[in-house]
Amino acid sequence: MSSQGIQKLMVSFYILLFFLFLFAPLFMMGAAAFNDVEFPQVVPWEGFTLRWFPSLFEDDLMIEGFVNSIWIGIGVMALSVPIGLAAAIVMTQVHKRLQTVYYTVVVSPVLMPGVILGISTLVFWDKLGTFMEAEYESFYYSGMFLTIVGQSTFISAYTMLVFLARLQRFDRTQEEAALDLGATHVQVFWKVLIPFLRPAIFSAMGLAFLTSFENYNTTVFTIQAESTLTTVLAGKVRMGTQPDLAALAVLIIAVTLIGALAIEIAQRREQRREWAAKAAAAKAEREAEAIAAAAE
Amino acid sequence: MRDFFQRNGAVISTYLLLAVFFWVVMMIVLPQAYMLNFSFRHDLLPNQIGGPKDVYTLSNYEYLLFGRPGDEELFNYLHLTVFLRTIIASIFVTLLDFALCYPIAYYIAQVAKGGYARSMILLLILPFWVNEILRAFAFRILFGTSGVINAFLQTMGILDEPIDFLRADVALYAGLSYAYILLMVFPLYNAIESLDHNQVEAARDLGSPWWRIHWRVVMPHAKPGIASGCTLVFMLSAGALAAPQILGGPSSLWFTQIIYQWFNTGGNWAQGSAYAIVLLLACLVFVLTVMKVFKVSLGEIAR
Repeated sequence: MSSQGIQKLMVSFYILLFFLFLFAPLFMMGAAAFNDVEFPQVVPWEGFTLRWFPSLFEDDLMIEGFVNSIWIGIGVMALSVPIGLAAAIVMTQVHKRLQTVYYTVVVSPVLMPGVILGISTLVFWDKLGTFMEAEYESFYYSGMFLTIVGQSTFISAYTMLVFLARLQRFDRTQEEAALDLGATHVQVFWKVLIPFLRPAIFSAMGLAFLTSFENYNTTVFTIQAESTLTTVLAGKVRMGTQPDLAALAVLIIAVTLIGALAIEIAQRREQRREWAAKAAAAKAEREAEAIAAAAE
Repeated sequence: MRDFFQRNGAVISTYLLLAVFFWVVMMIVLPQAYMLNFSFRHDLLPNQIGGPKDVYTLSNYEYLLFGRPGDEELFNYLHLTVFLRTIIASIFVTLLDFALCYPIAYYIAQVAKGGYARSMILLLILPFWVNEILRAFAFRILFGTSGVINAFLQTMGILDEPIDFLRADVALYAGLSYAYILLMVFPLYNAIESLDHNQVEAARDLGSPWWRIHWRVVMPHAKPGIASGCTLVFMLSAGALAAPQILGGPSSLWFTQIIYQWFNTGGNWAQGSAYAIVLLLACLVFVLTVMKVFKVSLGEIAR
């Protein structure tokens, strides 16, 4: 019994260490953002300050990168959500024998290193631009466009997986009923399928935007002369000596953590609602049975 | 095909096919194929295209192996060393992550109860919403010469002089291991969670010590999860760019950094494509080896 107690203690200690390892870097960065020293550090502590926060907004490069990141994120959403949806629907309909090949091809971008996606996008569209004898200002050479396409290559696979999970629970008889009642295929798509998929659409949009926003490996090749928040940050961090970086980190962490928490809570509520619905349905069924039995 | 159109109607079918076509052909297959093709080409100026130098060549790959023709060294030692170091260090990071994550995954999947397990999962996910570059930056604050760890060791009297963790690549390995923990925990967790706890109980009742339970019961069951976690972590470490740029010592390079140089300061895209293909091949070899060793299929890994 006592040896088991020791084992339990060791396990708890290990778990504590593990989570310390997970959160220590973030706490350190948080602390550095408020330390009144010219260099991002926590010790020695020279006193609390907020002065690193306003200095963020004077950095034009960073603001330009931030704005670009937002636009790219919106572009990636607009591209990867419809693609992921279409790919998921096709996946449910494709012939069994083709399914494995199809799945391997569309999931491969997730497994491929991001730098390679960036490089292949860059060289391919560059060649296509030359082939089409496009103007230098055309989209073939635009860093923003290439970044949206390059990121969407693998983000579409993420959104597809989100849609696939939801589609597994789709009851096709609804679709058939609507068709029997004279609805067109387009109506069925907008009035039956899309409303059913709405939660998945929102999660896919959120996932696409956040993944795009923090992507570096693919972006750094496709963005070329332009910039995103991550490429600006990477440049600054490599020089790496201003505490306002830590301040920015605190802001980003705060925003992302709130966002992540909100998504998590929304998901749990959704799940609970489903459970409640299921429980209510089961209860109604039991009552109906009871009534039927009583009527007999 | 006709069934497909009948089932979805003309408009929706067109949308589905166009979207999937654009993705699969224009974004996945053709770019990869063109990059492969490009890697066998000379780096040409626009006016040389169609000229006598516009032919297939192995020179980009030869450069990685032997360096410039007529160099003093027999092999391109600099780039080959970086390549090997990247591969070996990535394997090391993978093993380290496995060792770190296995106990946690087992604990959450088999020991912890309901709400507690869910909260632990949430805690695991939260740090990974933070930007990759900022996470690497946090490790600079921790490991720098005036960082927290050095200060701590010095006040404790263990060290007289600060250690340059960045130069010694300690920060890089720690940062990489940290960056991909989640991708190891989740496949492991999913695999272990599907194990019936009665099997563990039965083994324990039959007198098996805890390490043998893991070796003979839990790990064989979790094989697909182990394979998929290891593959993901290896590929992401080998393909990492931000962490080596930020946490690598000034003299040590990562293979992706050389690729990056070919595309930027080097300005030789064909050469860079060849290097990218080599990296992709290395990842492919690793995946195939893992599949062979663990006897699992690609479908199980990619799940």
